[in-house]
Amino acid sequence: MMRHLKRLYIGIVFFFLYAPILILMIFSFNKSRYMSKWDGFSLKWYADLFSDRDIMSALYYTLLIAVLSTIIATVIGLITAIGIHDMNKLGKGIMVNISYLPILNPDIVTGISLMMLFVFMKLELGFLTLLLAHITFNVPYVIFSILPKLRQMNKHLYEAALDLGATPFYAFRKVILPEIMPGVVTGMILAFTLSIDDFVISYFTTGAGVSNLSIIIYSMARVGIKPTINALSTLLFISVLLLLLIVNKRTSNNNGKEKVI
Amino acid sequence: MSYETINLIDVSKTFDDTLVLDNINLYIRRNEFLTLLGPSGCGKTTTLRIIGGFEEPTTGKVLFEGKDITHVPPYKRKVNTVFQRYALFPHMNVEENIAFGLNIKKISKNIIEEKVKNMLGLVNLRGFEKRTVDSLSGGQQQRVAIARALVNEPEVLLLDEPLGALDLKLRKGMQIELKNIQQKLGITFVYVTHDQEEALTMSDTIVVMNEGHIQQIGSPIDIYNEPKNAFVADFIGESNIVNGIMIEDYVVDFGGYIFRCLDSGFGEKEKVDVVVRPEDIKLVPPEQGMLKGRVLSVIFKGVHYEMMIESNGIIWKVHSTLMEPVDTIVGINIFPDDIHIMKKVMVS
Repeated sequence: MMRHLKRLYIGIVFFFLYAPILILMIFSFNKSRYMSKWDGFSLKWYADLFSDRDIMSALYYTLLIAVLSTIIATVIGLITAIGIHDMNKLGKGIMVNISYLPILNPDIVTGISLMMLFVFMKLELGFLTLLLAHITFNVPYVIFSILPKLRQMNKHLYEAALDLGATPFYAFRKVILPEIMPGVVTGMILAFTLSIDDFVISYFTTGAGVSNLSIIIYSMARVGIKPTINALSTLLFISVLLLLLIVNKRTSNNNGKEKVI
Repeated sequence: MSYETINLIDVSKTFDDTLVLDNINLYIRRNEFLTLLGPSGCGKTTTLRIIGGFEEPTTGKVLFEGKDITHVPPYKRKVNTVFQRYALFPHMNVEENIAFGLNIKKISKNIIEEKVKNMLGLVNLRGFEKRTVDSLSGGQQQRVAIARALVNEPEVLLLDEPLGALDLKLRKGMQIELKNIQQKLGITFVYVTHDQEEALTMSDTIVVMNEGHIQQIGSPIDIYNEPKNAFVADFIGESNIVNGIMIEDYVVDFGGYIFRCLDSGFGEKEKVDVVVRPEDIKLVPPEQGMLKGRVLSVIFKGVHYEMMIESNGIIWKVHSTLMEPVDTIVGINIFPDDIHIMKKVMVS
């Protein structure tokens, strides 16, 4: 009896978690343009998607912004994390809290304040400001993915490398970076996902002609939901899922290797 | 080339206003096995880190073969370190760990392979080339750490409590092995430990440190037999330390009896510390003893018994192969050779 209840409970949890996505995916293959009835299988919304110039341009900007902001935020976050790690206790406490604030700050506040800053600096809202905004909100996530790895690391590893004749940069490249790489990768994926995901901050910091997917979906939805949105969302969902699966496999492989041999 | 490899001249170090090293002067001879010995927090590890280049002294100089290396970074020093808990690179296998230093020097692949192989032979780890660091036992990791440092053929090898994490039996074995390696390669070893027995077993020279000061420098035999002050006496081996008064040269009053001793040059009626090793106290029938005492407790220690004996309000620790039961009245004799007189140290 208890076992069945447990299974039922798990079932309900998964149903609520995945049913919306499942429905969205199913209806992306619906021939009808209405959600209320199923007219049979079709790929025409996917075809529509790739012929829609607005959507393709939004996809292009979304990916470009995601890739660039991820790379830049990772570099900045990595350097910052190492800097914070080397500070004394007081400095570390202050820096950690300052870096944490943007994560807790509501998106809408971050978005509006960034917009005001850009306007104040007389930067024209557009691609550059959107990129800067994404880098800004990504950096703390990278920092907090890397810091725990630095803390776990034997603090004498760096000194051991120097002791064996490595210059500080060589020691960083050959010893520290491989040690904290899992944290760096986690931070990168987090940053990439957040960048693709973001609507609120992007909405306030971009300008005419530069929209990402979430902005396009929002403006389309205001007019009325077309199944192309379903198709687009399905593709996004699957790409993110694949990315996560790859990362999972990678980390479990690594763990396995350490244990088996 | 000078006879001294490393010289520390007036080295002091403060961390956040705490004085960790206070005016250390020390020279390390070529090819000697020198041990920095002291309780935790005495500054021995800081001294080692200053020699390794991981800390800069607040004041003072470090000389290497006569040249000032005070501000030379670790990667430019001909010194290698075996770290506490080894600090092996976890993402590299045994071979890659050992070859790390050689790869930096851009030596040809064949020579590196050859040297790594020789090193593995030296530390008894043949066949472990491809093993991951995690799969090794503590003792094996220790050997890799030693090989990784030695393969660079340093002039001086620094070892920071390298055996601290090993169990007693393994530690004894490694002590002998380390000493053999040192003698075989003829490298100067600077060894940090808080284990006095380890220091006595392995060293040519022991530097006893406490609270940032050098207490005594000498050979193990000197330090054991002629401790310079009560701290050294207490730290090196077990000791009875009691208050005494010098009556005149070669005569000292302590424990309720006036003893003859070998020390002179103290002031008349000067208060002194008297140190007597537990194994130097001879138990005799009560009527033959200089002091009379009552046995308070007896513990069997394997080779000998440890007895606490009370006499005139002083409790003496005595090691003897013969057991006297509790409450027995015994006689205590201490001969002039075994009485060590020390000036009182003003303890702050």
